[in-house]
Amino acid sequence: MAKLKLAVYWGAACGGCDVSILDLHEKILKIGELADIVLWPLAADPKYSDIEAMEDKTIDLCLFNGAVRNSENLEIAELLRRKSKILVSLGSCACFGGIPGLGNLFNKKEIFNSVYLDREFNANEEQIVPKAKVTVPEGELTLPEFYNTVSSLEQVVDVDYFIPGCPPPPDLLWKAIEAIVSGNLPPKGSVIAGDKALCHECPRKREGRKVKEFKRLVDVILDEEICILEQGVVCNGPATRGGCGARCVRANIPCRGCFGPIEDALDQGTQLLSAIASTIDSDNPEEIKKITDQLADPAGTFYRFSLPVSMLKRRKEEGEE
Amino acid sequence: MSKKKDFEPLIVGFLCNWCSYTGADLAGTARIKYPTSIKIVRVMCTGMVDPSYVVKAFKEGADGVLISGCHPGECHYVEGNVKTMRREPLLANLLEQLGIERERFKLMWASASEGEKFAKAVQEMTDILKPMGPLNLGGGKKIG
Repeated sequence: MAKLKLAVYWGAACGGCDVSILDLHEKILKIGELADIVLWPLAADPKYSDIEAMEDKTIDLCLFNGAVRNSENLEIAELLRRKSKILVSLGSCACFGGIPGLGNLFNKKEIFNSVYLDREFNANEEQIVPKAKVTVPEGELTLPEFYNTVSSLEQVVDVDYFIPGCPPPPDLLWKAIEAIVSGNLPPKGSVIAGDKALCHECPRKREGRKVKEFKRLVDVILDEEICILEQGVVCNGPATRGGCGARCVRANIPCRGCFGPIEDALDQGTQLLSAIASTIDSDNPEEIKKITDQLADPAGTFYRFSLPVSMLKRRKEEGEE
Repeated sequence: MSKKKDFEPLIVGFLCNWCSYTGADLAGTARIKYPTSIKIVRVMCTGMVDPSYVVKAFKEGADGVLISGCHPGECHYVEGNVKTMRREPLLANLLEQLGIERERFKLMWASASEGEKFAKAVQEMTDILKPMGPLNLGGGKKIG
């Protein structure tokens, strides 16, 4: 059998997804036997021009992690889509926008101000911010253009399969690789994970208790047996796809929501909002408001990984017509 | 400025079948005048108005969303309206973070006999939304 061609790419990502591929441990050797790595910026050193020179559909499998934040991410996403037979959206950022997607609560100007200008520890007296183009005596220099809005991979190109997770668990990744290598392909568009909410696989006990206050994780020592929501700490389990093996709740940490919305759910955030509001123990509007206001950042909590694929995609843009 | 002056807001109203919808009906049969800005969606209970309905209404062009149900303690399904009451402040906070002002989302109670109260609330909300102008949400560039 001819060796497969494998590409791994990162868009707006932290590198954790690449590390989760390395977390296959000795199985990574098997990948080395089965496939030639044609692109993997983190681990190997091929150039974009090598990929451009290939004929279309030469790459058998492309694992794309990271969101689309700038024009380079978009360009390479389009390039790899053309060159790949199977394009897999790997990890929460590629699937839903992920943590970089929370940038959609702000705009480009605010982010640049915050990163380059307003910080006290920034010595930036000339008020320099990155520009896509700048002319110097030697000629014109370019950088990728930073977009106002983060998109998921599927919002810019056609995607074959999704493996969610921040980072994706190696066992799901291996399952996907085995299926693709053996030609035993799931239907296009499949999400390689569970299809029910995390609560279905959570080992904790539910007693139907309601809460009078919301606490932050740092302010409380969680009981290891009882549902985390019933202890007054926000857990994203009710509105998050399972299949991760409930790694976080088993480690006594609430679900962060990295597997994204449940199959066919319209919007992870509003679904979670319903679930969280239903745990409030009060019939008094003023008291409810007081309890609610303890959640400092509902948008960031409920859409932690999925804002770009939510119904509204981003905060309203000023002056949008 | 003339654009704002002529602006007629679009309010989507989710009204419960048992109290507020009947109340709105009463406002009609009693010939109480109120703005045509509200487009009413009859639901069985405000408890079934999922937050995603509200977000979807805004996404598809509403300038305001009004939910109106039975007074607490008078719900046809015992406590459906209390469920909505628990969601409302949290949803309002979430919407504000997404750039949808607090004034654009309102929860109220109106019984079947309170046609006048309902009409007045619609008038008030319309008066508040008019100077705010359209919400203009959801458009924007696909990428970038």
